[in-house]
Amino acid sequence: MKPFTNLDAKAAPLPFASVDTDQLIPARFMKRSRSEGYGQYLLYDMRFDADAKPIADFTLNNPVRAGAEILVARRNFGAGSSREAAVYALVDYGFRCVIAPSFGDIFSSNAVNNGLLPAQVSEEDAEELLNLLEGGYEAIFIDLDACEIRVANHVFHFKIEPVWRTKLLNGWDDLDLTSSYGADIARYAEADRTRHPWLQELPD
Amino acid sequence: MASYDGPQTLFDKIWRNHIVASQADGQQLLFIDRHLVHEGSFHGFNKLKEKKANVSRPDLTFGIVDHYAPTRVRDISQIDPTIAGMITQLEDNCRANGVRIFGLNDPRQGIVHVVGPEQAITLPGATIVCGDSHTSTHGAFGAIAFGIGASEVAHVLMTQTLWQKKPKPMRVRFDGTLAPGVGAKDMALSMIAAIGADGAQGHAIEYAGSAVSSLSMEGRLTLCNLSIESGARCGLVAPDETTIAFLRGRPLAPQGPLLDRAAEVWRLLASDADAHFDREVVIAGADIAPIVTWGISPEDSLPITGTVPQPDTIPDEGRAAHAREAIDYMGLKPGMALTEIPVDRVFIGSCTNSRIEDLRAAAAVLSGRKAAVPGLVSPGSSLVKHQAEQEGLHRIFIDAGLEWVDSGCSMCVGMNGDIVPPGERCASTTNRNFKGRQGPKARTHLMSPAMVAAAAVTGRLTDVRDLMGGRA
Ligand code: SF4
Repeated sequence: MKPFTNLDAKAAPLPFASVDTDQLIPARFMKRSRSEGYGQYLLYDMRFDADAKPIADFTLNNPVRAGAEILVARRNFGAGSSREAAVYALVDYGFRCVIAPSFGDIFSSNAVNNGLLPAQVSEEDAEELLNLLEGGYEAIFIDLDACEIRVANHVFHFKIEPVWRTKLLNGWDDLDLTSSYGADIARYAEADRTRHPWLQELPD
Repeated sequence: MASYDGPQTLFDKIWRNHIVASQADGQQLLFIDRHLVHEGSFHGFNKLKEKKANVSRPDLTFGIVDHYAPTRVRDISQIDPTIAGMITQLEDNCRANGVRIFGLNDPRQGIVHVVGPEQAITLPGATIVCGDSHTSTHGAFGAIAFGIGASEVAHVLMTQTLWQKKPKPMRVRFDGTLAPGVGAKDMALSMIAAIGADGAQGHAIEYAGSAVSSLSMEGRLTLCNLSIESGARCGLVAPDETTIAFLRGRPLAPQGPLLDRAAEVWRLLASDADAHFDREVVIAGADIAPIVTWGISPEDSLPITGTVPQPDTIPDEGRAAHAREAIDYMGLKPGMALTEIPVDRVFIGSCTNSRIEDLRAAAAVLSGRKAAVPGLVSPGSSLVKHQAEQEGLHRIFIDAGLEWVDSGCSMCVGMNGDIVPPGERCASTTNRNFKGRQGPKARTHLMSPAMVAAAAVTGRLTDVRDLMGGRA
């Protein structure tokens, strides 16, 4: 995974609360394989009408927001299902960071596993960021090391679980880390066979 | 590494039992006792193939067909080929890796969170994961059970472990007794309404109190199922005699003397009296009324006696905007009585409310009555379906005019094609009233099985207590 240090990019405002995983990627698109790319299905039912025509006043259909890599939303972003496809859709569309007052836990860990930064700000700061974007600002600077968001002369602080921050800064993959623990895993399973045989050995 | 000298919560005790390794930053490598996979797990299997890796513990991995399971025909050659492809892909991936599979036509097939407990794949004190957020359901047995994403599914397939940061402990106590007509679904929705859909983020909830310990395993499963809708990582209930009695004699439970030995260990799985919780919420069981959702998040819940909120009276800008968006999507009027809301159809099913007790509760209301609207009843597993038919419940549903179909996720998520048509309103026993969850532009009101049955009878949201008159 590519390390995430800082990001200077266009941002799109999405002034909704509880933008859940079913909205991020509706269930009907989830049969596709990842190699086909999921970006085209991101927020599909918000972006397109029943005839598959782009809805003009939706933020991602606004030419000003073309190429946005940062999304700013209200609280409880990514609530709901564990579908990593919700993150694939954001990443394949081009997003590298979502800023919101709170996130679904599974969404956040999926995001980090795909190099997408879930940056948590206060509800007031989210409102102010939305106002700045709607008031004409287009780009946001994000410094992951300092946990800072800068727009014009405003500085906002964001929070992220320190473990996730380290993972993003280094571009680490869990599997790389686990590979050095093979012997410990085997030792655990062996010991647990005696402690909790019903967990380690199942009837046929 | 943290010290464990002080009093511990139930969650701490199970967690501690599963630590394989710890990092200085607080991450811990946990051993996973049970890994459930379903059709959606294909991304995980694909990652495994990319890395040319094997399933590390096929004996602890279980494949179950549910999300795409057709509910009206079971002949796979008769269904949409892309849906059939999802099912055979899972069956093939499991077979190729030596993983036990409960396939489409297995008599034990059903929704992963119904089959797990039914087969005793789920056991107290275990760590259980699945690429599905409602894995929290299994916490009803006193297990740490949580949903994971595809990258994590691949990690568990390859190593039978996961790196996790320990969530914060939280306790929700339901004291006293529930009023007639009120059940686990109402308990869960009233908690979510009180703390918000993100209220328990970063926490593991232990449910306690007399209203919880007097719940059946079915009720506890419903309660823990909805933990994720409050944002919690997982929810759990301390195992007790109800838990042990439920497990006795089930296919994958320990048998004979081993069960006695296990039961002794399970009885010790409880929070110490002075254990510390970061947060505690206390709810009086007697105050809970039958609840329905009016909006597009499970936190948009109110007692059926209530009215649709008035956004103009909500001071917080973000929350007022959410209420407006919800009322607009749901096609409601601010201030209207919830009982004035007409429904177009009903759905009884999903991992939240499709077990035998749920079907009995709905049938008790529907017995001898006709449904005013069409609806679907999909039992949580093929075994539940069989049992319901033995008890004659299917006749009640069919005589009322509802469709009695096979088991699967069905209209909870619509992946198999069972959807609520655009603009239609559905009274549903499921867990998510998100926009478009049951189909594009579908409108969902969540409630208990008895409340869905009441809505079916009158064709509008209804207080089931008005229809109970002597019925259980
Ligand atoms: S029934 Fe619904 S919530 Fe439960 S596992 Fe299936 S899709 Fe998910």
